[in-house]
Amino acid sequence: MATVDYRRSDAFKKRLPRFFQYLVLGIMTLVIVVPLVIMVFGALKTRGMMFLHPYTLPIPPDWQNFATVLNTPSFWNMLRNSTFVMLCSTAGVLIVCSLAAFVFARIQFRGKDLAFNFLTLGLMFPITVAIMPVYLVIRQMHLVDTLLAVILVQIAFGVSGNTLILRGFFLSIPAELQDAASIDGCTSFDFFWRILLPLARPALAAVGALTMIVSWNDFLTPLVLLNSDKLWTLPLGTMQFQGQYSADMALTAAFVTLSALPAILFYLFAERQIVAGLTAGALKG
Amino acid sequence: MNIAQARRNDSLPSPRNRSPRRTRDYVTIALFLLPAVILFVLFLIYPIFRSAYYSLFNWNGMGPATHFIGFNNFKTILTDQVFQKAMENCLIIVVFSLIIQLPLALLLAIMVGRDLPGRVFFRSIFFMPYVISEVITGIIWISMFSPDPENGFINAILTLIPGVHPQLFLGDINQVMLCVFLVLTWKYFGLHMLLFMAGLQNIPRELEEAAMIDGANRWQSVWHVTVPLLATTIRTTTYLSVLGSLTQFNLIWIMTRGGPVNTSEVMATYMYRYAFIRFQFGYGSAVALVMLVFCLLFSVAYQWLNRSPDPLSGI
Repeated sequence: MATVDYRRSDAFKKRLPRFFQYLVLGIMTLVIVVPLVIMVFGALKTRGMMFLHPYTLPIPPDWQNFATVLNTPSFWNMLRNSTFVMLCSTAGVLIVCSLAAFVFARIQFRGKDLAFNFLTLGLMFPITVAIMPVYLVIRQMHLVDTLLAVILVQIAFGVSGNTLILRGFFLSIPAELQDAASIDGCTSFDFFWRILLPLARPALAAVGALTMIVSWNDFLTPLVLLNSDKLWTLPLGTMQFQGQYSADMALTAAFVTLSALPAILFYLFAERQIVAGLTAGALKG
Repeated sequence: MNIAQARRNDSLPSPRNRSPRRTRDYVTIALFLLPAVILFVLFLIYPIFRSAYYSLFNWNGMGPATHFIGFNNFKTILTDQVFQKAMENCLIIVVFSLIIQLPLALLLAIMVGRDLPGRVFFRSIFFMPYVISEVITGIIWISMFSPDPENGFINAILTLIPGVHPQLFLGDINQVMLCVFLVLTWKYFGLHMLLFMAGLQNIPRELEEAAMIDGANRWQSVWHVTVPLLATTIRTTTYLSVLGSLTQFNLIWIMTRGGPVNTSEVMATYMYRYAFIRFQFGYGSAVALVMLVFCLLFSVAYQWLNRSPDPLSGI
């Protein structure tokens, strides 16, 4: 008898916290998901339906709002601008940072620590602090209102963090490999290009995925540097659209849903890389 | 000549090769570092000195800056009540982030723990807002907070309670900062939770088990063993959180533009307003410098407080 009682209370003790854990986590999940779901539901309603039943399931779903947005040329234009900026920034960050990280991880020279500390100073100033000075320089270079300006600034502000992450990964590749390669007559560049980069592919994927997200969502840089609406990226255009059509909640919801979709799909697809990039960056920084 | 280099040169095949090889190394170093250094200096270091210069002028951005006014811009900024309100709001966000957002993230990370079934699911959901842009987050929450129960979900829920009237939320000078903080938490707690979860992976489970065997209950073992061992991660998230709060711009600009009547103004929105809406470039530069000094002061204080070693590496 006693043993049975003991076992039962033990199981109870174990199960109650579990139940409590799932309750709290479930509530948090609702808090995260409900705003997103309401937006998607809203996008699938006609204006009248949105007015009568704003929060119910959209039955039957009305695809007209999505069709309207997808038939707007400016939506495709913004999508193209955002994609172009994202691809260029990511390529730029990967090239610039892996070159610098290689030097810091693999070559000894006088003043190395000083140079590295200098280059990682950027971790101390987020772009918000520097955007005003940066605008003045971009204006001096006559690059205001070009996508090139946005790309250059995004790469420049990615240098510190991503060099730090990649250096960490490169350091973990054994030094013997480089000695062996140099005995076989490899130059530093050969070693970097033929051996190190292929080995560091997961690290490059992590840095690339993270940079893509940061560039895709960047709001402040294009807001300050771009004027003409044909150059706008999706975040700028989404804000503009919301201001213009704020009376038509359903249409705005459709626009917002469509502009959120690429990031969410990309996240579901590359979650592992994004998480790896963030944790490596933060825990080494 | 440092030891590491001497050691590496020893392993070279023959002494004859040393000198050209070293020259080649220096060429590699220069070529490889050049792009990073150029971008970094051109868009980070040089601009800051440039705006330090302009901050001493009354300059609207047209033509050269000629109207030298010394430190008057800084005097005006520090005595402007709106800027004081902006500093106060930044401080509120910092404090609330540290006492609400981070503990919440830590609590949830510990709850999800290392092996709760569904761990990956919860992580994915909680981290999702971080991936969604600030613009989309802002627009979603503008509609959630809408004062009209037909558009605003929160008011729709609230007005179900008899006797409760719809609230203004983002339009109310007393509620706006609370609402902004809620949205900041919604968007960013997932990042901190993710970092805590990564930190938890590095803590050997045996340490907590040992505490339990010694008679500690679940909470005691979390509080006295897990939390102290997470010190490094807690420091990192604190750093990110404070720096992010001090320079918060996007969400506030999108949701309230600093309003109503400057009650949700932060330093960055104040700077943006003066620099890019009123085109007072001299004054805007000065505000940017003040923010920069705050960030630097915090970073230096953080480095100084952070001298103690990581408890895990001592084990």
